[in-house]
Amino acid sequence: MTVGVVLMLAAGTYALRVAGPLLRDRVRLSERWQRLLSIAAITLLGAFVVTSALFESGGFAGWARVAGVAVGGVLAWRRAPFVVVVLAAAATTAGLRVLLPG
Amino acid sequence: MSSLSRTRGSRGGLGSAFLGKMLSMAVAMSLVGCSLGAIAVSKGIPLWLVTLMAALVFAGGSEFMAVGLISAGAAPITAVVGGLMLNARHFPFGLAIGDVLGRGLLARLLGSHIMVDEAVAFALAEQDPQRRRRAYWIAGLTVYGVWAPSVLLGGLLGQRVGDPAALGLDAALPAALLALVMPSLRDRPTLRAVVVGAAVAVVATPLLPEGLPVVAALIGVAAAVPTPKSKSAAAGTAGTPEAGTPERGNA
Repeated sequence: MTVGVVLMLAAGTYALRVAGPLLRDRVRLSERWQRLLSIAAITLLGAFVVTSALFESGGFAGWARVAGVAVGGVLAWRRAPFVVVVLAAAATTAGLRVLLPG
Repeated sequence: MSSLSRTRGSRGGLGSAFLGKMLSMAVAMSLVGCSLGAIAVSKGIPLWLVTLMAALVFAGGSEFMAVGLISAGAAPITAVVGGLMLNARHFPFGLAIGDVLGRGLLARLLGSHIMVDEAVAFALAEQDPQRRRRAYWIAGLTVYGVWAPSVLLGGLLGQRVGDPAALGLDAALPAALLALVMPSLRDRPTLRAVVVGAAVAVVATPLLPEGLPVVAALIGVAAAVPTPKSKSAAAGTAGTPEAGTPERGNA
């Protein structure tokens, strides 16, 4: 890995990040569009959660991770405290890996 | 940090529940950062370089990807293009929460750099605009403050850092983000959009390069239309009259 890779990745990522806030200023968005954009952001986060729960480098990530995220999801739905959600998800996955290695 | 608890309950103040979430997120992120540093060093990547990447790129997924691809012998341009595809979701993030960063140009230029998933999720979990802004900046700066030092620390400790897979940390981060978006999912149109979008992303994963399936999930936003009324109490005003359904989903 070289400095060039790091700089190009950093510049590109920053461009992707800064484009939205700068472009947004030039257009007056209606309530309705603002609401749709919020829904779009939640949709991206939701899809990121689901794909990172299921896949690792394009392949299946294994049942241990899926089960851990699912346990965390159920607890979050039941309004469990945030720390409990995170710890339960990690503990479930870690536990399943001990019980079902490979 | 104590000034935060003092302002609890006041307009724009974020309570101790927020601080608790923030701290657990910071701990989880620092463990992940340590594992990135340890992995990079074990693959022969200079520690200063991976630390620099953590500070300048500041998007964990693409950093793991770059380390993995380069050490597997991929061409540098592959790591750059792959990482940028993975980070493509930040563009629509910026459109959605651009006003959260602040009004000034400097606030937008600096605020854009700390636009990580966690900061976006913390911001969207708040309704009041002032609370949104504070949540975004506190979450973004906290994760930024933790990330690069953790990568450095992980590299210094080398292989003595526990295997993140054995600790189940790969499940902790998606679960943490899920907990942050969960309140928004109680809104029916949002839930429809997320369910359809996630399904699209899963189906697209074997077909598209890494990162793009998440962007393809924007098709799901069409499932939120029509949006009968704004759920946001902070918005106050009713939506504009139905002027035809906007066309979405050609992402």
